[in-house]
Amino acid sequence: MRLSDPIELEALRAVLAQGPAPVRRLWVCGGPGCLAAGAGRVQEALQAAAGEMGLAASVEYRTDLTGCLGLCERGPLVGVEPEGFLYGRVGPGDAMELVAETLLAGRLVGRLAADPDLPAGSDQPFYRPQTRLVMRRFGRVRPDSLEDYLASGGYAALGLALAGLSPGEVSRRVEESGLRGRGGGGFPAGRKWASCREAKGPAKYVVANGDEGDPGAFMNRSLMEGDPFSIIEGLTLGAYAIGAGKGFIYVRHEYPLSVERLGLAIGEAVSRGLLGPDILGSGFSLDLETVEGGGAFVCGESTSLMASIEGREGQPRVKYVRSTEKGLWDCPTLLQNVETWANVPPIVERGPDWFRSLGSDRNPGTKVFSLVGQVRRSGLVEMPLGSPIRAIVKDVGGGARPGRRLKAVQTGGPSGGCLPDGALDLPLDFDSLTAAGAIMGSGGLIVMDDLSCMVDVARYFTGFLMGESCGKCAPCREGLVLIHRILDGLCRGHGRRGDAAELSRLADMLSRTALCGLGQSAANPLLSTLRHFGEEYREHEEEGFCRSGRCQGLFQPLIDPEACTGCGASQKVCPAGAVRGAGKKPREVDAAGCVSCGACLQACRFGAAKAVPRPGRG
Amino acid sequence: MASVDLNLVDEILRTRPPEPRHLLALLQEIQARFRYLPKEAMLAVAGYLDVPLARVFSVAGFYKALSLTPKGERLVTVCQGTACHLRGASGLVGALEKRLGIGLGQTSADGRYGLESVNCLGACALAPVATVDGTVHGHLSPSKALELV
Repeated sequence: MRLSDPIELEALRAVLAQGPAPVRRLWVCGGPGCLAAGAGRVQEALQAAAGEMGLAASVEYRTDLTGCLGLCERGPLVGVEPEGFLYGRVGPGDAMELVAETLLAGRLVGRLAADPDLPAGSDQPFYRPQTRLVMRRFGRVRPDSLEDYLASGGYAALGLALAGLSPGEVSRRVEESGLRGRGGGGFPAGRKWASCREAKGPAKYVVANGDEGDPGAFMNRSLMEGDPFSIIEGLTLGAYAIGAGKGFIYVRHEYPLSVERLGLAIGEAVSRGLLGPDILGSGFSLDLETVEGGGAFVCGESTSLMASIEGREGQPRVKYVRSTEKGLWDCPTLLQNVETWANVPPIVERGPDWFRSLGSDRNPGTKVFSLVGQVRRSGLVEMPLGSPIRAIVKDVGGGARPGRRLKAVQTGGPSGGCLPDGALDLPLDFDSLTAAGAIMGSGGLIVMDDLSCMVDVARYFTGFLMGESCGKCAPCREGLVLIHRILDGLCRGHGRRGDAAELSRLADMLSRTALCGLGQSAANPLLSTLRHFGEEYREHEEEGFCRSGRCQGLFQPLIDPEACTGCGASQKVCPAGAVRGAGKKPREVDAAGCVSCGACLQACRFGAAKAVPRPGRG
Repeated sequence: MASVDLNLVDEILRTRPPEPRHLLALLQEIQARFRYLPKEAMLAVAGYLDVPLARVFSVAGFYKALSLTPKGERLVTVCQGTACHLRGASGLVGALEKRLGIGLGQTSADGRYGLESVNCLGACALAPVATVDGTVHGHLSPSKALELV
């Protein structure tokens, strides 16, 4: 049924919100990590088990896929409504028991608890410090259901706007909210809106950037697959505010499920009269479509992204003129990250003051982070902006893994920076991170421990960006190759005196002269590691020593007999048979047979295996 | 090389209106069906959209998802995201390269296997991961990776 005006929308929302709620529901996490771990098969098995119990068509006892539940480390996850239990590492074989015990009887299956020590769902240390705004529907609705979206407050903002807010008023609410772009730069969203509203052109466009390319980042994918309608509603409000009739959601090539979900959601919204021609009888129309990227990281940069939508190579242009004035096909274009768009409906509905009550003064609202790397609990986390890094890494993530010491936190994707553990009290917001030599980026937080070599990390990110440089400008195309060559030499033991100084010189040149954001920020990983971990560079350069035991041949493992428990883990993984010893006695490394691969260091859970310089070096 | 099914190319072209902005999407669809971009198909796209062949080639060369030579029947993709890198992805790549006798981005001589890397699949908690024809395998070691091929 097509809704013909905002009153009908309100009536439908009221009916859906008061509709019969299930007595109990098993929510299977459909986040990227859990899907990869087999959540789809778990959901099928639960459905089959429910069918066997005669619950196939039950509205009272349901099992459904939902958006990301967050605690990826323990996936596949299953959440239980209303009890709040959270199950982890669930397999298809557990389906019968879950249906019989939990779905029907409401009892906890203790052996499947995501955290065996803390069975209750929402009160775990992973969830306690979080504030869920963008992720508020994850674990509460089926992402592909427009009815669930409406029942959970969806389209209230659009209904409100089309019932009586002028386009200027919608724009004003976003401008006064202080919302900043969630894709990386933190540019004030309101300034883009105001500029685009005033700009003149034969057509105007709204664009959502879902080309999430940062390695270690899956916030945008989780959002596109977990709550696609929130992005679509945000775009619709933006189009109404600036007077656009056409919009695009640009999705990364590697995310076929995101393309599918968004496409289906667009179709649903159109069939209900919430998108397409004459939305809710207002006369305002928006034609929205998804565009699939071609596997080029640089297309996350706004001007490259627009070139790609136009069907050209995704190369950036110099931003003499802002996209809000001349963007897609030289027309005014409002381009924002998908997470920025998803923040728009609650801002329009609840007002700028409410939004400003979240987060900190210059950084209002929340931010979704993907917390990964050498941390106990990897996952998807949403925090008020301005929360200290410590709260996320230690409280939510549980800190370093057993036997390891936290060394650095890397933020902002490949062109972000590495912060030392001394920076853990920094507030996570756009300005503090930039001042510390890192960037917020799209929200990737990668934890590194004492086995992560910071020279190798710089080499890794530089290598990544070298491969993704579009080649248009020489500083980026050639500079990254030169930087990578020196870093690679340092990691292979071919370091030369003066390497670190030469790296600084090249990094400075690159930052000052590259054409677009990719090149200008490409030296960040190098600069931030040089600044905070200069001693590791010096050791590689002067002593041919890698203290992290990462760069092969640049260290020798030594097992501390005091700390060794004799568990034998290092012995099992040694490919050269060079770890000697038996029983519960401390192990020893036979230096002559050791190939300096570092496997024993990685395997030790007690911090007993350490990297020391090889004799005769340095 | 077998001759190219131009009817199929035609069918793909007709799924979208002849506007230049659909160039990338059409090439992706051709890539998906043929596992590469046959010359005949690129000529047909240029004609259909009325864009210069040079532009079709430049787009074909720019995007990593597009290929001018056939990709392997089974595609093994190793994630090179940061979390996977920290947890040993390079060891997986080394083992697979040795076993398949090809480097990253190459296809085995018999055309059966292709080996590629991807910059992150968002399954970081399972790192290091690899996919075979889209199916994700997590917590891999070099020896477990070899069981995939």
